Amino acid sequence: MKALLLRDIQLAMRAGGGFGLALAFYLVLVVLVPFGLGSAPAQLASVAAGILWIGVLLACLLSLDRLFQLDFEDGALDHLALAPMPLAGVVLAKAAAHWVTTALPLIVVAPLLGALLNLPTGGYFWLVVSLAVGSPSLSIIGAFGAALCVGLKRGSLLLSLLVLPLYVPTLIFGMEVVRRGITGQETAAPLALLAAISLGCIAILPFAAAQALRANLR
Amino acid sequence: MLKLHNLAVARGGRRLIQGLSLHLAAGQAVILHGPNGSGKTSLLRTIAGLQLPAGGRIEMPEDSLVFSTHLDAIKAQLSVQENLAFWAAIYGQDTARIDLAMAAFNIENLADRAAATLSAGQKRRLGLARLILANRAIWILDEPTVSLDRASVALFDAALLAHLGGGGVAMIATHIDLVQQAKIIDLQDFTATEAGAQDLFLQGGRL
Repeated sequence: MKALLLRDIQLAMRAGGGFGLALAFYLVLVVLVPFGLGSAPAQLASVAAGILWIGVLLACLLSLDRLFQLDFEDGALDHLALAPMPLAGVVLAKAAAHWVTTALPLIVVAPLLGALLNLPTGGYFWLVVSLAVGSPSLSIIGAFGAALCVGLKRGSLLLSLLVLPLYVPTLIFGMEVVRRGITGQETAAPLALLAAISLGCIAILPFAAAQALRANLR
Repeated sequence: MLKLHNLAVARGGRRLIQGLSLHLAAGQAVILHGPNGSGKTSLLRTIAGLQLPAGGRIEMPEDSLVFSTHLDAIKAQLSVQENLAFWAAIYGQDTARIDLAMAAFNIENLADRAAATLSAGQKRRLGLARLILANRAIWILDEPTVSLDRASVALFDAALLAHLGGGGVAMIATHIDLVQQAKIIDLQDFTATEAGAQDLFLQGGRL
């Protein structure tokens, strides 16, 4: 599993691996917002956290269709399915690599982009915390969606339609953490629920994704 | 080592092969012949466990099989050495095995080349080197010699003979003459007569 995780990170970093694509998309999206909504600081402050969270969801989607598709196309997925490790482990390793190469850079730049959108002072800490706690669920739910769509022609559109609705609970509780953080309220409850979503997804979805992959390999 | 009992194979809900029984003892090889569409690939995928049998049973020791298809599972961005190191880690083999695999298919001189720059034949040899890496007793090979030149086919033949000599078995779909002592099975003798449509997905069960 470690070898697979490291290989996927290595592949993402090499030329054509798509590392930085999500990051650039996130950057452009956030920079576009003031042009669309107007640059009044108070107005931007009220939507900043929402834009930053939705931007992460959309940026995470970008690289999902490559998650299993490339290994499916070059035959590696067949061999991984026959390798002496459970297919759920393969899913988990690839989702972890997706998180490291896609979500982690977004979490790092989110506070910087927060300054661009005039995010209220109390929000920075909770934005990073909520993204760090919630984003693993985005990668693993995405891996499940990618496993369902592997082998489909033009599967990436279907993938987005499948995955985005499943991101709703993460978004709701992630945003709730930031909103309460900004207004100085207790954040423990939504943060615990956000963590529960991530942990629940990590516990269950690799097995579901493995079954989906098996069905698609047949 | 590999036993097939009255195996039936289907593709896309259509039964292609039925009544195939076979017992491969250590050191034996079988070559599959048959026209396009006779079910060679489907049979091999079924034996490998990537597809459910439409009937019958397959018996073999656990984690004893390595599969090779017309795809080489090579990452173009990685070097030859890195590609092999990855599969060695996946199969739990040490680095000494990588040198052995590279020597068997004469790709040591390519070790640091990016896989993207390899020719089709070199890629094939890299793909086949994975068989040595896996260090497993049962080789299931689908057209292993495609895009190999004569010298490389000889390398493959030698590797196959060494594998069989070491007590391994092999099942190969090919239309060229490989190892002399291999038993030849013509799949036309096992063509399914009843076109029993069935949905393998709904049938469920473990891979």
